[in-house]
Amino acid sequence: MTLRIPRRGMAQALALIVILMIDRLVSPQFFNLHLQDGRLFGSVIDVLNRGTPVALLSLGMVLVIATGGIDLSVGAVMAIAGATAASLADTHSLPVVIASALAVGLACGLWNGILVAVLRIQPIVATLILMVAGRGIAQLITEGRIVTFTSPDLVWMGNGAVLGLPTPVVIALGMLLLTAAVVRGTALGLLIEATGGNARASELSGVGTRAMILSVYVWCGLCASLAGVIAAADIMGADANNAGLWLELDAILAVVIGGTSLFGGRFSLVLAVAGALIIQAMNTGILLSGYPPELNLLVKAVVVLAVLLAQSPRLGDLSRFTARWRRTK
Amino acid sequence: MKALDGVDFTLGEGEIHALLGENGAGKSTLIKVVTGVFARDAGTIRLAGREIAPRSAKDAVDAGIATVYQEVNLLPNLSVAQNLYLGRQPTRFGVVREGEMKRRARALLLDYGLDIDVGAPLSSYSVAVQHITAIARAVDLSARVLILDEPTASLDRHEVEILFNVMRKLADRGIGIVFVSHFLDQVYEICDRVTVLRNGRLIGSREIAELPRLDLIRMMLGRELAETTHERAASQPDTAREVCVSFKNYGKQGYIAPFDLELRRGEVVGLAGLLGSGRTETARLVFGAERADSGEATIDGKAIKLSSPRDGASLGFGYCPEERKTEGIVADLTVRENIVLALQARRGLHRPLSRREQDEIAMRYIRMLDIRPPDPERPIGLLSGGNQQKALLARWLATSPKLLVLDEPTRGIDVGAHAEIIRLVRELCEQGLALLVISSELDEIVTYSNRVVVLRDRAHVEELKGEAVEVSSILAAIAADTAPAQEAAS
Repeated sequence: MTLRIPRRGMAQALALIVILMIDRLVSPQFFNLHLQDGRLFGSVIDVLNRGTPVALLSLGMVLVIATGGIDLSVGAVMAIAGATAASLADTHSLPVVIASALAVGLACGLWNGILVAVLRIQPIVATLILMVAGRGIAQLITEGRIVTFTSPDLVWMGNGAVLGLPTPVVIALGMLLLTAAVVRGTALGLLIEATGGNARASELSGVGTRAMILSVYVWCGLCASLAGVIAAADIMGADANNAGLWLELDAILAVVIGGTSLFGGRFSLVLAVAGALIIQAMNTGILLSGYPPELNLLVKAVVVLAVLLAQSPRLGDLSRFTARWRRTK
Repeated sequence: MKALDGVDFTLGEGEIHALLGENGAGKSTLIKVVTGVFARDAGTIRLAGREIAPRSAKDAVDAGIATVYQEVNLLPNLSVAQNLYLGRQPTRFGVVREGEMKRRARALLLDYGLDIDVGAPLSSYSVAVQHITAIARAVDLSARVLILDEPTASLDRHEVEILFNVMRKLADRGIGIVFVSHFLDQVYEICDRVTVLRNGRLIGSREIAELPRLDLIRMMLGRELAETTHERAASQPDTAREVCVSFKNYGKQGYIAPFDLELRRGEVVGLAGLLGSGRTETARLVFGAERADSGEATIDGKAIKLSSPRDGASLGFGYCPEERKTEGIVADLTVRENIVLALQARRGLHRPLSRREQDEIAMRYIRMLDIRPPDPERPIGLLSGGNQQKALLARWLATSPKLLVLDEPTRGIDVGAHAEIIRLVRELCEQGLALLVISSELDEIVTYSNRVVVLRDRAHVEELKGEAVEVSSILAAIAADTAPAQEAAS
């Protein structure tokens, strides 16, 4: 199993560095770290920590998008999983709590996967159903209240530390390695890319495209539920209305920034996570700069535009054209 | 490859002119150039002596060239009247005059022999009515030339008759009609002249009355027969050869009539017939890309399950489809990944081919088949058609198949690669593979086939063996009793 960062990762690495440099300009203490109670603190750690939910979502999302699909329900799945975890936290042990939340995420992913792979509903519509219904389900679980808990075990999931790093960051890192092992350690990666690149051709080559598609939605649901547990653990409670709200859009954005085409095909796990960190580094930077957080949305829009322009085939043609023009001169 | 190579085409006033050719012959390209969808890089178009240069479909319509495609380009949820007058509704003070519009629409369609409620949505009518509506709209936009692209493909006999009456009426009014179809009976029934294209070149333009059916089919399929002497495949069909798979009464309703077919190791079976005769359909059933609803397939007397490409692949079958771009290659992936795809799919997720194994397999076939450029890491979409075809062959050869089904393996590839693929087919056969090959090039089929199955109207009609495998006998079988059928129909 290899975690190759292809040459095409240059743009993302550069973007991340530029944004971190800008962060350093607006906040001179940006790169400062200090150790307190066995846990590292600092703005960089903040970026990693706050970026965890979107990074986890993007790990599932990138696979879904690689098959040419999309999953709009991940934010709602986060809310359902968070609500499940929060309502069980004070009465059950941590393994039971996490297992239940993950099982819920798995069920959600299976639902989406069946709609898309078996019933052949367009992914955007199929997952819209759970995006809308999911918040309702989460509210049914919390009975319309914000469920709080005190279980120190679950709180550790959001606020603890492992070897000085915040627990969520360690979990996200673990998930990245696990996903990479599953996807690149087996033939799954190749078969997903083939399915996304040309589903007809893949099927005629004997690829079980239906199983491929089903499995990526299941994995996406699983990642989303883990993100939901961490989000709930972080605030020591589950808010069915706001947990994971609009995060599906950030996750899609992270995948796109990571260079995976919405048409499916080639994908990169590492770059999707890098995309999530780029987004979070922007968010944190604007918070630190003291500009109103509303500005965040505008900046994000500009970044999206820049990324999409950079990927536009039309622009590629244009640059080749100008290059030729320059040569002929 | 040129899509269209110096073709002349003349359409007279009031003439119904058939434009014929197999897939990839250049019919669609010619139509698209004339209607301004594609830009031409040489030649002129004259309409009534005046040179025109349509740059878009709208330009062509303005000049008087209207086109009705097989898939009607109208709005099914609007009424017939609205469809006829869309964008040019009669108005008074800016308000559409519904009544006036319906009255005019009704009068217009009565002229075509259609007496229908023009206020009903277009989708509530049959495809024939939709076609005539589309034609009426096109002609009403002052068309002088009407191009009908496969208008009868989804019509029944009676509806075809209605459409033909309309066409005759329009021709009497002096409108020139181009009729694209692969139904030869219909061509003989309605057309005055016929122009045949093949591989983007003009084969000829004849008066239909002076062109026997056999000659027409020869124009469409054969090369200049006198010039080619065939190096024939082993002409003795050896029944002692081991049977690879046999199909009994195998078919699917509305797709292809039940057929019997036995494929043996070390033998090439060719499928010959016109476009739409059921060749591709047979191939897809044999591979499992389509599920049969009658008959059974057996290997060594045991019935086999063959209901998906996965079943076919796991039985050791391989299939290179005709539509290379949409059903064959995964354009963004590399040549290496495309080559190992079928083998990896068969091995399953848990036994991934290591990168070194993939490189070895890719390089072995790149060398063996001389795929160029010999770079396994190049996206396959950047290769030429012939090299893509070789890579697809490699994809299946890597699985060490027992049976290969090749649908038009030489279509759209240059002459050099063409000869190589034919040589490969023979070589694979000698190595003991069973092959089922479709081709529109009859002399090509004759070159490599031990047996040839001839198809017509979605049914297997004849099987030629040994000495009988000749271009002339295949042509005769294709043309055989369509002539009596035509007389019966008219």
